[in-house]
Amino acid sequence: MLTTFLILLPLVGALVVAVAPLPRQTTAGLAFLVALMEVGLWIVAAGRYDFDEGGLQLGTSREWVESLGISYSVGFYGFSIWLTGVSVIVSAAAIGYATWVGRDRPRAYHALMLFLTGALVATFVAQDLLLFYASFEAMLIPLYVLIGVWGGARRQAATLTFVVYTMAGSLLMLASVVAFGVTQGTFSLTGSGTSDNTWIFLGFAVAFAVKAPLFPFHGWLPLAYREAPVEVAALLSAVVSKTAVYGFLRITLPKFPEPVDDFSGVILVLAALGLVYGSILAFRSADLRGVVSYSSMAQMGLITMGVFALDDLGLDGAVLQSVAHALVSASMFLLVGMVERRCGTGELDALGGMARGRPVLATVVLVAGMIALAVPGSATFAGEFLIMAGVYDQGWGYAVVVALGIVLAAMYMLRVISAILHVKPGRAVRDEALDLRPGELGLVLPMILVLLVLSAWPALVSQSSFPGDAAVEAITEVLG
Amino acid sequence: MIDTPHVDWLALSPTLALLVAAGIALLAAVVGPTWTRRGAAAGVTFTGFAVAALLAVVVFSETASPEVLLEGSMARDRLAALAQLIIAVTGAVVVLTSWSERRSAGAGGEYYALLATAGAGMVFFVGAENLMTLFLGLEWFSLCLYVLVAIDRERETSLEAGLKYLIVGGFGSAVLLFGSALVYGATGEIGFGAIAAANVTDDAFLLAGLAMILAGLAFKVSAAPFHMWTPDVYQGAPTSVTGFMSAATKAAALVVTLRLLVTAFPGQSDVWTVAVGVLAAVSLVWGNFAALAQRDVKRLLAYSSISHAGFMLMAVAASSELGGEALLYYLVPYSAMSVGAFAVVSARERELQRPVTLESLAGLGWERPLYGIAMWTFMLGFAGFPLTGGLFGKLFVFSAAYDAGDWWLVLVGVLATAVSLGYYLNVVRWMYMRPGGELHLAPAGGAPPQDSPLAVAVTVCVAVTVGSFFLAQPILDAAADAAASLPF
Repeated sequence: MLTTFLILLPLVGALVVAVAPLPRQTTAGLAFLVALMEVGLWIVAAGRYDFDEGGLQLGTSREWVESLGISYSVGFYGFSIWLTGVSVIVSAAAIGYATWVGRDRPRAYHALMLFLTGALVATFVAQDLLLFYASFEAMLIPLYVLIGVWGGARRQAATLTFVVYTMAGSLLMLASVVAFGVTQGTFSLTGSGTSDNTWIFLGFAVAFAVKAPLFPFHGWLPLAYREAPVEVAALLSAVVSKTAVYGFLRITLPKFPEPVDDFSGVILVLAALGLVYGSILAFRSADLRGVVSYSSMAQMGLITMGVFALDDLGLDGAVLQSVAHALVSASMFLLVGMVERRCGTGELDALGGMARGRPVLATVVLVAGMIALAVPGSATFAGEFLIMAGVYDQGWGYAVVVALGIVLAAMYMLRVISAILHVKPGRAVRDEALDLRPGELGLVLPMILVLLVLSAWPALVSQSSFPGDAAVEAITEVLG
Repeated sequence: MIDTPHVDWLALSPTLALLVAAGIALLAAVVGPTWTRRGAAAGVTFTGFAVAALLAVVVFSETASPEVLLEGSMARDRLAALAQLIIAVTGAVVVLTSWSERRSAGAGGEYYALLATAGAGMVFFVGAENLMTLFLGLEWFSLCLYVLVAIDRERETSLEAGLKYLIVGGFGSAVLLFGSALVYGATGEIGFGAIAAANVTDDAFLLAGLAMILAGLAFKVSAAPFHMWTPDVYQGAPTSVTGFMSAATKAAALVVTLRLLVTAFPGQSDVWTVAVGVLAAVSLVWGNFAALAQRDVKRLLAYSSISHAGFMLMAVAASSELGGEALLYYLVPYSAMSVGAFAVVSARERELQRPVTLESLAGLGWERPLYGIAMWTFMLGFAGFPLTGGLFGKLFVFSAAYDAGDWWLVLVGVLATAVSLGYYLNVVRWMYMRPGGELHLAPAGGAPPQDSPLAVAVTVCVAVTVGSFFLAQPILDAAADAAASLPF
């Protein structure tokens, strides 16, 4: 029941926020409160999950459409606990930021944000293929409107490309869901066997590749990340993209062992290309959002390499890196938003010198940036190291690419840090521009603290995502 | 004494209830004082549809196994009863949406009487078990619809639409009648079961007859390439009538198509499954691509209804019990979304006093939250998004098609759905993402009048659309019971 509550709380909250005739600030505050309660509920769930035992826990299953074998079944695995955790934390931070900024039409805005949170959680706990598809798709509904109504100047084009790309992927997945469900006689992920059908596999793989996004399916990314409100971009890059990782871990790998073997080489090459290409684009971007967006694309390539390394180290690293990147990327996007609000622009040329007289901003940006560039000792370094060790078995070339990715990450992150904080004050930076307010700090600091804890103790995530130390075994035997 | 056949009054009761309602509504339009006429006619018609729906439920629960009535001319089975229920509920909702529609002077009573009579015809039509009753039912409701389409005598487009529908519909009926004659010539039978029992195979007359009957029914289903009338008629007809046609006519014609093909032509199934599959594919492609180019919302929805005819024909082409279930399930959310979408259009139309184009939807979502969210729900439902029955409708249809080996149809359906997003989301975009202010859409005559019946109707449609997602199993059970009455 706890898992169901975790899905229902934000959905009910969305309904209340949408219809309750409350004043603006109260509406936004209520939404933030619901998001915080969701985090609390997740902490309870994480506390109840027995990581030593692993496997499906806190599950509920109820028949939905019996004749086709569709059920409402939800539950947690070790890695879904962590992915759900970052989702609710980032959602809370995003809703908090929207409250702080005071978005227009707060009732509609916050209802959609809470709806998105509910759909995200449902995606990460779904144990039925149709429920997974429905939640995966349901995320699109609020995202479409959030970008289209509250986005920047080119929001209409952004929503169009975003929807066209993701729906093309999703519909291929629908065809695959139908084909898989009909041939298996059930849509349950726990009750179905494996399939060796390449076409069905490709339907899923492409849908996840678009969502991540992986090279060359990233066409929607620059516009969507740039035109979305920052907190929505934070959600997109931090957690919506991780539904693809969950899809790879929960569906693609366990259900299609043979096609995965056939295609893992192709996917690894594409992911490696995405890592390098995304890093270069991030380095060449002229504005803050571009850097953070493309770095997100590079990181997704890296995580996918970890997943398709198909060994224990790679899988552990992929989950750890997903969690770390979600927190880093959300913090970075919110910080970008805070800088943009102060300067009215995110162009790197126009920024600079903000460290002087703004110690809090400087410290937070520096710490977040250092973790993002995977400074040794950070959680991201641990994740990248695990992934590098994992892909080494697939070929030393991949490990070299990962190492190259780490170097490039250092280059683009240092460039951003110095462009914001150092050099001489840019033309958009006015002396009156304030340091971070306590409210803003309160939104970013918790995420950075969690990152610091994970930096000190990365095994908290990497050792508990799969039972024992046998990720591959868990994937093939428990999930399959 | 002449021997009369035994009459099963319960099986005929939904039809009779609507006929009685039509009679009373007509009388009320003449007898009562002027100010009561419209109210009395609407009230009686609503009651008639409600009673017919209740009686259909009774027939459904009382009919465990299919029976043939009246010397083999009518069927009493759960398929007919479920279709009658869908049609009757649709009719009742349409009465609500029609309430505040402006009528030409004196046409208030007739409108409701014709609506009830058309409903009676459809309710009769879905139980047809031989070619004679099939044609009778078809003409019965078509004649009523011809008049209903043209009932706004003062509006030229309404008259034009009526004339167009009359000519094209008459042509379709003639084709169907000719086809029936050929089938009778080939088999010597008119009863569906008897045609199958005659066991005539590979007879050119029979195949030509089958093709012509299929074409005649495809006119009513508005499947491409027999859809030419649909956009014009849907656009010209009073919007409530359009809603009724897009939901009830389509439902009736599809159910009859399924029944006829499965009971009368099982021997030719290898021919007609391909033919229906091709009809489905053509409708999907044509409907969706043409809808992309529309500015007028009623025309857009007309093409969307053509594409949905394609989806539902996919289920017919599966020619399996799974296909029958899928079709009957699909009809439930589809009817709700269709009636609801046209109801929102008519709300906007009454507010602006002019035809609704995409431009004139600008700002609707923020100005009228209920209609905005409702339209959003319907559009997402049409596109097969989760949280609406549209998703399960598509899923069941695709499953049936895949199960029948028509994987190519599944692929066409998936691609068509992708294309359809282009215009469904465009409607949402216009409602929410374009400011209405700069388009000077000041409602004619200040604030729009309260229209509670319409709001109730739209709410019911949203409830059915969303409810059929969460409560898919009960509806699917009923659909399975209904499909089981056909000899697959």
